[in-house]
Amino acid sequence: MSLLSLIRHGQDQGCRPHPRHLLDHGQWSAMAEALAADPTVDLLALWAEPGVVHACLLAEGGCIIASCAAPDGRYRALSPVRPGAVRFERMVGDLWGLVADGALDARPWLDHGRWPLVGPLALKPAANALPPQQPQFLTVEGEGVHQIAVGPVHAGIIEPGHFRLHVQGETVIRLEERLGYLHKGSIGLMLGKPARVAARFAGRLSGDSTVAHAWAFAQAVEAALGIVPPPRALALRGVMAELERLHNHLNDWGSICNDAAFVWPHARAGVLREGVLRAADAAFGHRLMMDRVVPGGVTDDLRPGGAEAIAAALALVEAELPVLGAIYDSHASLQDRVVGTGILAPALAASFAAGGIVGRASGRGFDARRSPGYAPYAGEAVPGLAAPGMAAGDVDARARLRLAEAAESIRLLGLLLARLPPGTAPAELAVPLPQRGGEGLGLVEGFRGECLHWVALDDGGLVRGVFPRDPSWLQWPLLEAAVEGNIVADFPIINKSFNCSYSGVDL
Amino acid sequence: MQPLKRLLWPRLARGLVTPPITDPPPVVPDAVVQALVERLEEAGQARLGRSLAIRQVDAGSCNGCELEINALQSVVYDLERFGLRFVASPRHADVLLVTGPLTRNMREALERTLACTPEPRWVVAVGDCAVDGGLFRGSYAVEGGIAAALTVDLVIPGCPPTPTQLLEGLLALLAAQTRPRR
Repeated sequence: MSLLSLIRHGQDQGCRPHPRHLLDHGQWSAMAEALAADPTVDLLALWAEPGVVHACLLAEGGCIIASCAAPDGRYRALSPVRPGAVRFERMVGDLWGLVADGALDARPWLDHGRWPLVGPLALKPAANALPPQQPQFLTVEGEGVHQIAVGPVHAGIIEPGHFRLHVQGETVIRLEERLGYLHKGSIGLMLGKPARVAARFAGRLSGDSTVAHAWAFAQAVEAALGIVPPPRALALRGVMAELERLHNHLNDWGSICNDAAFVWPHARAGVLREGVLRAADAAFGHRLMMDRVVPGGVTDDLRPGGAEAIAAALALVEAELPVLGAIYDSHASLQDRVVGTGILAPALAASFAAGGIVGRASGRGFDARRSPGYAPYAGEAVPGLAAPGMAAGDVDARARLRLAEAAESIRLLGLLLARLPPGTAPAELAVPLPQRGGEGLGLVEGFRGECLHWVALDDGGLVRGVFPRDPSWLQWPLLEAAVEGNIVADFPIINKSFNCSYSGVDL
Repeated sequence: MQPLKRLLWPRLARGLVTPPITDPPPVVPDAVVQALVERLEEAGQARLGRSLAIRQVDAGSCNGCELEINALQSVVYDLERFGLRFVASPRHADVLLVTGPLTRNMREALERTLACTPEPRWVVAVGDCAVDGGLFRGSYAVEGGIAAALTVDLVIPGCPPTPTQLLEGLLALLAAQTRPRR
């Protein structure tokens, strides 16, 4: 039996637009075996509710969620067949107290032993009576191996996380990440809240992707309630999302050059990015466009002069992008640092289902805007979405792709703004949320990759279950692989070329 | 051969004759400076010089604050013209610039960072989360603001504060050091 028909045998739980099926232990185990036999099916996320574990799979171009009841607190691990499941299983153990039988790694992940509770999202969380334990790192044996411990407080203005490098001479033998320092308990805070209130947390899962996450959450809520936002709201979401992609790609590309001590591109990209942020402020009243995307639509229309401000900022970026690219290309000192550095093998990117730049630079062409696709990208307003791809998988490929995608965002923004549907009254920018229950899945392509949000609303329209999955979940583990065999001094530039979110995965 | 306009050196040379793209500095609110002066006197704190080294610590932010703090370093805001600069170690710092609602998982790291920061020093809480936990107040995983672990001298609210608001706050620190005692 094929994997999909196997899952569809389980009872349909009414999730929209992608279905969720409830499997029993036997069916879940059969699914794990089918996953081992069929490497084309991607595992996108694994999460839980009290006593139930959910896995979101991408098969034949569509998403499908499989669930398995775990009344005794145990379920069969998926990490032996999908390595991307490792950190999800550790997280599920920490938050919901569910044990993955046969898991590759049973160490805690988000729980550093410092919360007052154990299993804070479980039905009955226990009090935490133990003092925090020292973390256990994977070991390396061999002559002359030594460790470098970095973080959680880093030397730059970046988020906290701990990196444990095992080094032999100058060469990194193993990098191990330890995250979780930013765990704020976002899921727990979203539970029991109206969708509009919970959206504020989705918008603060990772501040640099606030539009993409707020949109994915809104998409999930709208699917759950069976409502469709007005066309102008969808187009404005597209405008905000592309502005967000543009300012982040400029920032990352400049920072990659900066990490090679080539400062000029960073300075220029910083100026252009500031122009984009100011245009976003002029158009939407907030530089990062936080809380503008809400379930049902958007809060505000473009402000007077906003479209002109965006057009002016884009014209500057568009004129300078070829220059930036040419200067990037023509400096051997920079090329020497980026070409062949931090190679991520395409097979590895595929087995982890890495999205975004990280995946596309290693030959995995997934882009949620194209498939499964969503308005305004899927419709006629934005034809021919180009998804540039590469297969080299090194820092250079990731840097080039950022510039290529920035140019594509500018083109999309021109189309979206030129074809904005009418209807600027507040009532025409958002539809009211009916007070009823439902379950939905949202998938929105942010600048890092696809942001995936699952939400279940109870009959009163309050959040009963939720999981916001940042694309970084499937990219962080690959950073460990990409760094292996490189010199220690190249770790920062490789890390920057990935630019995974810390807050996004720390929840 | 590249066209001339796609080469780096002509663009650098042009920078010598064109006016700077840096914004003029913002006006610092007098009330904020006065409050800081009083705070200095209350604590009997020795004054720092006319330049401040800043160590930023993320204690649980969503990274929105970090984006805007990073923007301060761009040539548009050019923080260093005021004698303000970010340093890599708390041991070199006069100011701890702390963001986030202070997660329980970051508390020890923040306390250790403070212990490494020599006195006299300022502690600045940046962003609504850092003030009192903000949106995340009441979660099992957060302490509810930076003040739960250390004494805060200045608060720069906002979600996130804009670079201009950040600059106003940091310039107020500088102004407080140089203003004569009344």
